[in-house]
Amino acid sequence: MLEKRILTQRFNKYDGLSIRQYIDLDGFKALEKAFSMSSQQIIEEIKLSQLTGRGGAGFPTYIKMQAMLNETRDKYLVCNADEGEPGHFKDRHLIEKDPYQLIEGMVISAYAVGANKGYIYVRGEYNNAIQQLEKTIKIATTKGYLGNHICDSDFSFELVVRRGAGAYVCGEEFALMESIEGKPGRTRVKPPFPTEKGIFDYPTLINNVETFCNLPTIIEHGGEHYSTIGSNHAKGTKLICLSGNVKHKGLYEVPYGTSINDVISELGGGTANDIPIQMVQIGGACGPIIPPRLLNMDIDNEAFEIFDAKMGAGAIIVIDENYDLFEIVLRNMQFFLHESCGKCAPCREGHIQIVKLLQKFVNYQATHKDYVSLQSLAEVIHTTTLCGLGQTSPTSVISTMTYFKEAYDKRINQQNKE
Amino acid sequence: MATITMNNQQLEVTNEMTILEAAKAHNINIPTLCHYPDLAINSDCRICVVEIEGKRMLPTSCSTPVQDGMVIYTNSPRVLQARKTITELMLSSHDANCTACTRNMRCELQTLSKNLGIDINRFEPTYKDLPIDDNNPSLVRNMNRCIKCGRCVDVCKTVQGVHVLERMGRSNEMMIAPAFNQSLNNLICTYCGQCANVCPVGAIMEKDDTDLVWENLHNPKKRTLVQVAPAVRVAIGESFHSLDDTVPIGKLVSALKHLGFDEVYDTNFTADLTIMEEGNELIYRIQNDDVLPMMTSCCPGWINYVEQHHSDILKHISSCKSPQQMFGALAKNYYKEQENLNKEDIFVVSIMPCTAKKYEAKREEFTDQYDNPDVDVVLTTRELEKMFRQMGVDFDQLDNRDFDEPFGMTSGAAQLFGASGGVMEAALRTVTEVLSGKPLKSLDFSAVRGMDGIKEASFNLKGQEIKVAVSHSLSNAEQLIQGIKDGTSPYTFIEIMACPGGCIGGGGQPYGTDSASRLKRMETTYRVDLEKDIRKSHDNPAIKTLYDNYLQKPLSELSHHLLHTRYYPR
Ligand SMILES: Cc1cc2nc3c(=O)[nH]c(=O)nc-3n(C[C@H](O)[C@H](O)[C@H](O)COP(=O)(O)O)c2cc1C
Ligand code: SF4
Ligand code: SF4
Ligand code: SF4
Repeated sequence: MLEKRILTQRFNKYDGLSIRQYIDLDGFKALEKAFSMSSQQIIEEIKLSQLTGRGGAGFPTYIKMQAMLNETRDKYLVCNADEGEPGHFKDRHLIEKDPYQLIEGMVISAYAVGANKGYIYVRGEYNNAIQQLEKTIKIATTKGYLGNHICDSDFSFELVVRRGAGAYVCGEEFALMESIEGKPGRTRVKPPFPTEKGIFDYPTLINNVETFCNLPTIIEHGGEHYSTIGSNHAKGTKLICLSGNVKHKGLYEVPYGTSINDVISELGGGTANDIPIQMVQIGGACGPIIPPRLLNMDIDNEAFEIFDAKMGAGAIIVIDENYDLFEIVLRNMQFFLHESCGKCAPCREGHIQIVKLLQKFVNYQATHKDYVSLQSLAEVIHTTTLCGLGQTSPTSVISTMTYFKEAYDKRINQQNKE
Repeated sequence: MATITMNNQQLEVTNEMTILEAAKAHNINIPTLCHYPDLAINSDCRICVVEIEGKRMLPTSCSTPVQDGMVIYTNSPRVLQARKTITELMLSSHDANCTACTRNMRCELQTLSKNLGIDINRFEPTYKDLPIDDNNPSLVRNMNRCIKCGRCVDVCKTVQGVHVLERMGRSNEMMIAPAFNQSLNNLICTYCGQCANVCPVGAIMEKDDTDLVWENLHNPKKRTLVQVAPAVRVAIGESFHSLDDTVPIGKLVSALKHLGFDEVYDTNFTADLTIMEEGNELIYRIQNDDVLPMMTSCCPGWINYVEQHHSDILKHISSCKSPQQMFGALAKNYYKEQENLNKEDIFVVSIMPCTAKKYEAKREEFTDQYDNPDVDVVLTTRELEKMFRQMGVDFDQLDNRDFDEPFGMTSGAAQLFGASGGVMEAALRTVTEVLSGKPLKSLDFSAVRGMDGIKEASFNLKGQEIKVAVSHSLSNAEQLIQGIKDGTSPYTFIEIMACPGGCIGGGGQPYGTDSASRLKRMETTYRVDLEKDIRKSHDNPAIKTLYDNYLQKPLSELSHHLLHTRYYPR
């Protein structure tokens, strides 16, 4: 069995609304256990589990929690459910199919770091997920799992749903918090980091949906047990959003260390119509595009360092040989041209120029000079921009220039012949 | 302390420093663009990036704190390539028609691209033909030149607290604009011009009125009068190398004569007159239990702000016109009668540190029924500088001349009008003496001097404890205004100036105005006062003569008619 279902264990076993059924499926056990532990004990378990953020950057979760603990002011919790990265739909499933698991994970985190108010910032298009969250938050509040004196303890935690307005950059943590504050979604200068100065300048713990959803299982079974799942470098399971030219698109949960190839061929059933794979993009529009020969690599953050990129939030997009590489890369960059917040110069002015250069490649008009400009532009956007959007947006250009250099050369030569 | 290595040089720096500050402290130059001394770090331009050993990314030195053991390169090939590319990108979206721009040779973007050795731009131009916003008397916004550094947004928001400008839209269509991209004249803009002063390029500028002045200087039918504000003389020397470290009053008068003005007068004269009127208004208000605290009225940026935002406290504002407008009224009435001229024959120009003064001169209250304004044109310090360059004025060749009479003799108190706290101090010199009937022992009211945002002082007036307050930068005024609104204000008299430091930091002052240059101008201001024989407005014999021959006495009917005005909610 390639799949290992931990976060998705209750999927389709209840309707995602009945709190009774959630409890019957062992729900809120971890929360009760957490209330018998101290903040430091909980964070210790998370440290042992080696849980890392599932929102894309892969930062150790316990470090952020520990930083929060050192703060004595009012604190906030934020769940990042913006899920704007193309190719991702895992957070929507986690919310729609098991919302109480997320609520439970958030209450445990809030209790551990001492936050009394939390926001869930949900992608604006996710109508069902928003409705479901609003309903289940109400139910959980009446049943005493949210609100004042949770489970008759001294701890209170209020949870509020916020609807995003459709900007991809609002998934970036600072832009998201600006947006919650009612301002335009643009990032802030770092440092200070959210755990020092987050929402309304108060210490804030911001995590991805999937990250929070891991907490109940870690607390229930212990951090050490959790750390036995996965690979040498990455622990636990990862939700994979498989899409593109495969037979069985969809959401899969696999342990870290599973090879990409296995996911595509065994779970995805290979390409539709058995047309050979040309390339695979991992992590969404901001992820690397890699050739078939590299697909035996593992799903693992460290392994991705060779791409100067992160594993991302779990998208695997399979592209077969019917597609033009340059059109795919162009489409990626048009996405970022549209989504740049416009704050910093290289991202704001760079994407329009990258798009112009790529259009030349698509139209067989590019020269070697264009290749050099494209390369330096991608490098400069990657290394000098203010937030993760610009820092990761040229990954598809940089990775294809590395792994598909001959395609670029061929395109330039074709121009010369015409 | 931390030890870092910068360009192979070991440096001892404090832990709180950013890389940029550490470099500056050791004379290592890292180019910047969006960075401005007194404003927040927004690290939008990314020009100041540096390479840190072991790091793939190139962080901005303005926002990255040093860490012990850091190995930094400020000029590595990767860094130079990045800076060049970013500058090319900015140039590609910028209407770089340099020779047809006021900022030519004084533009921070131009200087940067010159220093980086950019001789070709690899990228296609992307700027659009955006409409120019110029339907107000003070400022012109040409967003085709904007490089989106955010300085103007920050100064308007945090220094002035007015919140007119914002980043609007996203990606390469992001624009710095007032709400809904309206033009400035539909809005709550005070025309203080702080945005124009900090703009590194020619995207926000004062409305250029120099052509109109040239035209009238060469019209033989016109008698041309010019008045020079106190803050101009302590700043304009910064723009001309040969005027270094002088207060070039005599040469300034000479140069203005050179341009062709018939009469060169001093706004300080009407500053003295303002003290006579405003001081007596204050005494009247105190003695008649009238509305207190009284607030100053000489700053048009402040008047705009209060009319727009706080019209419920208008009765606290002194009814005195500003010195500029008092001068205009005297010129178009008293001077006209003395010289037996028609109003249309007199052309009055003011040289002001201020863009809001351009708006003030156009107010209906200061224009007669035939549309003749008391002040015809207001030029900023920067526009005067431009005219001097156009004329090729060589200050080395000029002699020192005195201001013309009858509006040339002034007191030291009048010079103080240029600095925050100056109107207060000048008024206190006069009011305390008039009320007590005894000469002051010390003329220096040091509590109202200096750069603190809000300054307070209290003193004894005929056995009565009187409290006064002074603020500069509009964001600081808010606290004093709230006190008045909720009835807790303990003050009798409040001075408010819209710009940081007062007029010496006005929006029309030379480019590059920052806290250091404001401080220097402030020191010069107090030096000029100290060197004057007459240091109290009521001791100015020319003022006495004006009252004896014409106005009769402060707050007389004629004074009220010529020197006082009203305010309206907007
Ligand atoms: C442009 C951009 C978009 C992002 N979008 C998301 C998102 O949709 N969901 C998310 O969880 N994290 C997103 N992130 C990452 C967040 O900034 C942040 O790292 C994350 O919420 C931290 O949570 P984690 O530690 O649980 O991963 C985005 C980052 C960038 C730069
Ligand atoms: S990298 Fe792009 S999205 Fe991020 S702050 Fe800069 S302009 Fe905005
Ligand atoms: S003139 Fe003053 S108030 Fe108006 S936009 Fe500029 S800084 Fe803001
Ligand atoms: S108008 Fe000037 S100060 Fe404002 S963002 Fe543009 S370039 Fe910067």
